[in-house]
Amino acid sequence: MTKVEQQKQPFNPLLAVLAALAALFFVFPLIGMITGAPWGNVLSVITSKSSLDALQLSLIASLSSTALALLFGFPLAWLLARGQFRGKVLLRGLVTLPMVLPPVVGGIALLLAYGRRGIIGEPMDKAFGISLPFTLAGVIVAESFVAMPFFVITAESGLRSMNRRLEDAARSLGARRLTVFRRVTLPLIWPSLAAGLVLTWARALGEFGATITFAGNLPGKTQTMPLAIYISQSSGKTDEAIALSLILVLVSLVVMIFRRQSSGAGAG
Amino acid sequence: MLEADIQLRLGKFSLDAAFTVAPGEVLALLGPNGSGKSTTLQALTGLLPLAAGRIVLDGTVLDDPAQRTRVAPEQRPIALMFQSYLLFPHLSALENVAFGLRARGTGKKTARQKAADALARVGLEDQAPKKPGAMSGGQQQRVAMARALVTDPKLLLLDEPLAALDVSTKSDVRRLLRATLRQSSAANILVTHDLLDAVALGDRMIVIQDGQIVQTGTPAAVTARPRSKYVADLTGVNLLRGTGRGTAVDLDGGGELICAGPVTGPTFAVIAPAEVSVHRQEPDGAAGNLWRGPVGDIELMGDRVRVRVEGTPAITAEVAPSAVDELKLDEGGELWASVNPAAVTVYPP
Repeated sequence: MTKVEQQKQPFNPLLAVLAALAALFFVFPLIGMITGAPWGNVLSVITSKSSLDALQLSLIASLSSTALALLFGFPLAWLLARGQFRGKVLLRGLVTLPMVLPPVVGGIALLLAYGRRGIIGEPMDKAFGISLPFTLAGVIVAESFVAMPFFVITAESGLRSMNRRLEDAARSLGARRLTVFRRVTLPLIWPSLAAGLVLTWARALGEFGATITFAGNLPGKTQTMPLAIYISQSSGKTDEAIALSLILVLVSLVVMIFRRQSSGAGAG
Repeated sequence: MLEADIQLRLGKFSLDAAFTVAPGEVLALLGPNGSGKSTTLQALTGLLPLAAGRIVLDGTVLDDPAQRTRVAPEQRPIALMFQSYLLFPHLSALENVAFGLRARGTGKKTARQKAADALARVGLEDQAPKKPGAMSGGQQQRVAMARALVTDPKLLLLDEPLAALDVSTKSDVRRLLRATLRQSSAANILVTHDLLDAVALGDRMIVIQDGQIVQTGTPAAVTARPRSKYVADLTGVNLLRGTGRGTAVDLDGGGELICAGPVTGPTFAVIAPAEVSVHRQEPDGAAGNLWRGPVGDIELMGDRVRVRVEGTPAITAEVAPSAVDELKLDEGGELWASVNPAAVTVYPP
C-alpha cells in the first residue's frame, strides 16, 4: 500500500492543555501510589501469610478461569464466527452481556443460577452434594463469568478476519482438516487468541464484585487479592492495602508490556 | 485426461458444463463475472459437490453422485493457482512450496529439497527464506506457481493467475507460465476473463455464460467466429443475429443486412468496425448497406476512434481521430453508416 504523506498537525493550545490534563489524570494515581507506599515494611506485608494466601488464590483462580475460557470459549467463538444458525445474534449478545453488566449484578445472577437455592445449584446440591458458593470453585465460576466474554469476542474477531480461502488453498494442497487447523488456521489466529487470553486473565485477576457476591470473602478460601485489598483498606490498614495493590500494579504492567509485544508480533 | 460433466445448483444459479482436457493441454475457460467459472473450479477441487454428472481424472472417479462416489478435496491430485495467490502469510516461500509435499506425507528434508528445486525453477532460489509479505506481486505469483507444480498434480487449475499483476510484470509471468505449462504433463485449466491470456496460454477455449457453455474451439476459431456478445465485445467486433432470406439477413432486432452471397436459416453476422464507414450526409450512389442513427458513445482505442451509431441495427464504426473533427462527432446528431456486403461474414449458429 502506498503511504499517505501525513500532514503535520498545527499546534493547537486548547487541544494540548486538555490532552495534558488527561495524561496527568492517569499519571498522578501511579505517583501517589509510589510516594504513599510504606516502603519500609512493604516486604513484610507482602510476605505475610494472609497476603501470600490471597496472592496464591488469585493466581490459581485467574489462571484456572483463563484455561476454562480457552477450553469452552474457543469452541463458542468458532461457532459464533463460522456457524450458521438462527439466534446467533442473540447468542452473541448473551455471551457478551457480562462485559457490560455491573459485576455485582453478575454475582447476584450467578447466585440465582448456581447458588444453593439456584435453578441449577439446588438440584446439583441435592443430587451430588456439590455447592459452589464460598468455595474456590465458586471464585473460578465468578471470574469465568465476567472474564470469558473477553476471550470469546477476541477469538471470534480473529477467526472472522482471517482469510478462509487460505484454508481452501491448504486443503487443495492435500492437507487434512486437522492439518489445516494446526498449520494454517491456528498460526494465523494465534495473535488474537494470545491477546484474548491476556485480556481474560487480567480481567479475572482484578475481579471483585461478582466474586464477593457469589463466593464470599473467606480468607485463605475465597479471598482473592482485590478482596484482601478492599478489606484492608476498609478496616483502616491502609499501608497493607497499598502494599498489596503494588503487587497488582506490577502484574498489570507486565501484562501490558507482554500484550504490546504479542500484538506487535501479530502485525509483523 | 480429465473428463468432466459438471451439473450443480447454487441457489438460483445452475451450472451445466461438460468438457475434457488432455494431459499437457491448456483449456482456457473464458466468461464474464458470475458465469460459473469459479463454480466449475470449486466442483473440480471438491469444495462443491456435484448434483449430477461426473468427474473422472486419469481413470479415477473423483465425483459421481449417481454412484455416491466422492473423493475429498485433499485426496484429489489437483493443484490450484489463485488470482490472490493465497500464499500462507506466516510461512516462508520455501515452507509455502513445501506445504503440499509435507501434507501428502513427504519427509521434512526431502520436501524442503524439492521445494528449493521448485523455487529455483521459477528463478526465486534467493527468496526462499522470505515471507510472502516481503515479496513483490510477481514474485508471489511465481512462488504460487512453484507451490502448485511441486506436487506433480494430474490437474492444474489456474484461477485468473495474472489478473492481479501490473502490465510490466504480467508479460514476464505469462511467458514463464506458458513455458511451464508446455512442459507439464498435467491437464491444465485456465480460468480468465482476459482474452489475451486465453489466446496466449490456451490450446483450446471454452466460453461459458450463465452456467452454460456457449462456444468451444481453438482461440483462433473462437475469436474469428464469436457466438456470444461477450466474446464479440472482447474481440471488438459487431456481432448480429438474424435469419437468411436470399442474399440478405433479417436481423433479430430489426433492420436487414445485405451479404455477398446467399444465406439460409438462422445465422450470425460479424462486421469488423474498420469495415463500417460513417458519413454526415447521405452518401451518393452507395451500394449495399446504408442506414442511419444517432451518435452514441465515442471511445479512443489506441490510435483509432470507435463511434457507436445507434441505428437499426446499432453498430460500432472505427474511424481515424481526424474524423472526430471532420464529422463533428462530439456535436451528436445523426450519422449514416455504410457497410460493403463483402465485409459481412456470416456463419450458422
